[in-house]
Amino acid sequence: MTEPGEPSIGGTDEGRGGGAGGGGGSGYDAAFRVWRGDASGGELQTFTVRVNEGEVVLDVIHRLQATQAGDLAVRWNCKAGKCGSCSAEVNGRPRLMCLTRMSTFAEDETVTVTPLRTFPVIRDLVTDVSYNYEKAAQVPAFTPRPRDPDGNHRMQQVDVERPQEFRKCIECWLCQDTCHVIRDHEDNKRAFAGPRFLIRLAELDMHPLDVVDRRDAAQDEFGLGYCNITKCCSEVCPEGIHLTDNGIIPLKERVVDRRFDPLTWLGSRIRRRPRD
Amino acid sequence: MEFEKHAYDVVVVGAGGAGLRAAIAAHEAGARTAVVCKSLLGKAHTVMAEGGIAAAMGNAYPEDDWRVHFRDTMRGGKMLNHWRMAQLHAQEAPDRVRELEDWGALFDRTPDGLISQRDFGGHRYARLAHVGDRTGLELIRTLQQRTVALGVDVYMECTVTRLLTDADGITGAFGYWRESGRFVAWEAPSVVLATGGIGKAYKVTSNSWEYTGDGHSLALAAGAGLVNMEFVQFHPTGMVWPPSVRGILVTESVRGDGGVLKNSSGNRFMFDYIPDFFRKETAETEDEADRWYDDKKNNRRPPELLPRDEVARAINSEVKAGRGSPHGGVFLDIASRRPAEYVRRRLPSMYHQFKELADVDITAEAMEVGPTCHYVMGGVEVDPDTAAASVPGLFAAGEVAGGMHGSNRLGGNSLSDLLVFGRRAGAAAAEHASKRTGVVALREEMLAEAARAALAPFEREGGENPYAVQSELQQTMHDLVGIIRTAPEMERALERIAVLRERVAALSVEGHRQYNPGWHLALDLPHLLAVSECIARAALAREESRGGHTRDDFPATDPDWGRTNLVCTRGPDGTVTLTRQPLPQMPPELAEVFEEQP
Repeated sequence: MTEPGEPSIGGTDEGRGGGAGGGGGSGYDAAFRVWRGDASGGELQTFTVRVNEGEVVLDVIHRLQATQAGDLAVRWNCKAGKCGSCSAEVNGRPRLMCLTRMSTFAEDETVTVTPLRTFPVIRDLVTDVSYNYEKAAQVPAFTPRPRDPDGNHRMQQVDVERPQEFRKCIECWLCQDTCHVIRDHEDNKRAFAGPRFLIRLAELDMHPLDVVDRRDAAQDEFGLGYCNITKCCSEVCPEGIHLTDNGIIPLKERVVDRRFDPLTWLGSRIRRRPRD
Repeated sequence: MEFEKHAYDVVVVGAGGAGLRAAIAAHEAGARTAVVCKSLLGKAHTVMAEGGIAAAMGNAYPEDDWRVHFRDTMRGGKMLNHWRMAQLHAQEAPDRVRELEDWGALFDRTPDGLISQRDFGGHRYARLAHVGDRTGLELIRTLQQRTVALGVDVYMECTVTRLLTDADGITGAFGYWRESGRFVAWEAPSVVLATGGIGKAYKVTSNSWEYTGDGHSLALAAGAGLVNMEFVQFHPTGMVWPPSVRGILVTESVRGDGGVLKNSSGNRFMFDYIPDFFRKETAETEDEADRWYDDKKNNRRPPELLPRDEVARAINSEVKAGRGSPHGGVFLDIASRRPAEYVRRRLPSMYHQFKELADVDITAEAMEVGPTCHYVMGGVEVDPDTAAASVPGLFAAGEVAGGMHGSNRLGGNSLSDLLVFGRRAGAAAAEHASKRTGVVALREEMLAEAARAALAPFEREGGENPYAVQSELQQTMHDLVGIIRTAPEMERALERIAVLRERVAALSVEGHRQYNPGWHLALDLPHLLAVSECIARAALAREESRGGHTRDDFPATDPDWGRTNLVCTRGPDGTVTLTRQPLPQMPPELAEVFEEQP
């Protein structure tokens, strides 16, 4: 039976501690700078905050909320790298705060946490990411071929694995944040959907069941041509998706095929879709 | 006060699997439909589901059919499930999975191109449709993309604080935008609750911040009953180290794919914990258990794949007996049993999770795991066919609904539950609305009162901070209403909850209304207290042990309690009342399923 203990007060993270050997005695006080403000402006605020063994940046942000800044705005959900909510820039690098371990910093290093720069600030570490949801709504919907007569769809594992890589995307928007096409050029947002939606188009293009051709749309409406394959998006992806090599470059090749050589295009379609 | 107002036929609260499936069904039935969710679209807790969707499609084992799935589900729930929900669930799950493929889902395949199905605890045959170990992400993304393609309105980062009713039932809902703190009201004759669970009432949980029991509490306040609240599932395998990730889920697929549990002496201790109820279908030796992965006809299941309540209690006992791992769990070992390449392919998220969060390579060393609060079987009492609550116009689907899983849910039955009953709730909500549209109207004084209540924490000066109160509640539930329970401890828990309620009524928040997490938590706390009280009261009353409810002072299963449900309702003075209700009895043709050999 669990021994009733004294309630712990003072932090949501303590709430996850406990257990034999839990907690540890190896904590230290870290210097944190966190951007605080809203659309009208703001500044970096400096905090001194306790860090315990095994913690990540999000734990420290939660401790600030619980003990020093109850109204510090931050998005988070799963705290396990599965939902893509707690995106921010840590020492200038786009990161998920839940996957950024404090042990990657020296104990005397100041850790600076700022909101995603590509999107307008709402408050503190929370930004307005509605651009992404608008682009998502413009993607022509998945449209399947009919089912087999027995009511099933049949696909081979090898054929589903290519688009499955892109369906690992947790929509953290770090690729959108780091992409220089929109990071430094607000005007480009109208014409360019960003790496996340280029791989969504690639995914649909590779989907064994989908029958819609989105290649003209990829070029004309989603700005595929703006991407000059610097691979920054692949570098920041927490899921390790090879956005450029496996998604954007093949999509660019298929668009070029279609535009300049319809016969090559037809041939490649026929080869890629063996029917039994 | 002036409020932003909208009118719909159906308002769905929650955008996880159940909410989105309900919204799709309501929209397809012709209803003007809105989804309201606390987070951004696509971030709901469904995204954390790993193992798969249980559905007797028969792709891996043609012998499998809905009757076997029905039987497994009822036995897993120790026969306390609502039989009709378990029946509908088992019958409809395969179609619900197939239609996901029409909306773009890409499941792993069998060699002949069908949807692959994997083994899971308590399921007789391999029947979980899956995508590696990230099935929840695939489910949520598929439903999200379908919802967007249909043009359903989604109110993101928007929290419902009240359901609005008149003498004839639901008239709408009231809430606030998290971003601005401004209020918003929806006029709607039908509301579908799809708000998930209550895990944040506990200290060690696999659940995200959103799981504060909002839907349970909103339903209770609107006059509906909550059934089976004493049954809380502690998943046997949560991470235990480092402390900051304690409670994060380690999927049951690790065991389904060959992983075994060991204590500090290296023994596979689950062989010592096989209950008589499952003895006939469980392997007696390690050799038989190991043969089962390749030959299910001539061998019985490894005891590591017993239902979750059995495994969680066994781990708890091993740790208490001093045979635990260094950080207070036990060892989960797949590294010594399967090739590294296989582990990385079958369990990519687990590999990633342990590497990133614990610096452990699960292909080279064992994981340390222990029980974590994972799921509440209890929820809104609903009509099985329509998901309708007792309040006209109110529907509930998914984890917030009760009855489907009895006293213990089998792994994989949650995602299928979301799809089956999400669809039924959405369709029934649309039908109800078609009869009542235009009749409902929002009363201004109700809205003004809801707004006043929401703003109260700002009015008070010098009160406590909400984080401290939440932390104490979590500790109380962990210590006093956890895996193993006794009457004196639960009585003490109820006393503490009463004190915490006074403290919540007096707390204050700093800052202003724009994206203020402290304020948001202050508004979630009354929900958490309401569900905590229901859990403690029902658990104190049920003087037996069954599924996700284990009493140290009443260790046996009692046949009389096996015919009894406990239902919580709220009296006019706000107190929780418990009522004993007879368990609905299944018709003879279904009862026959249980007379066959396991």
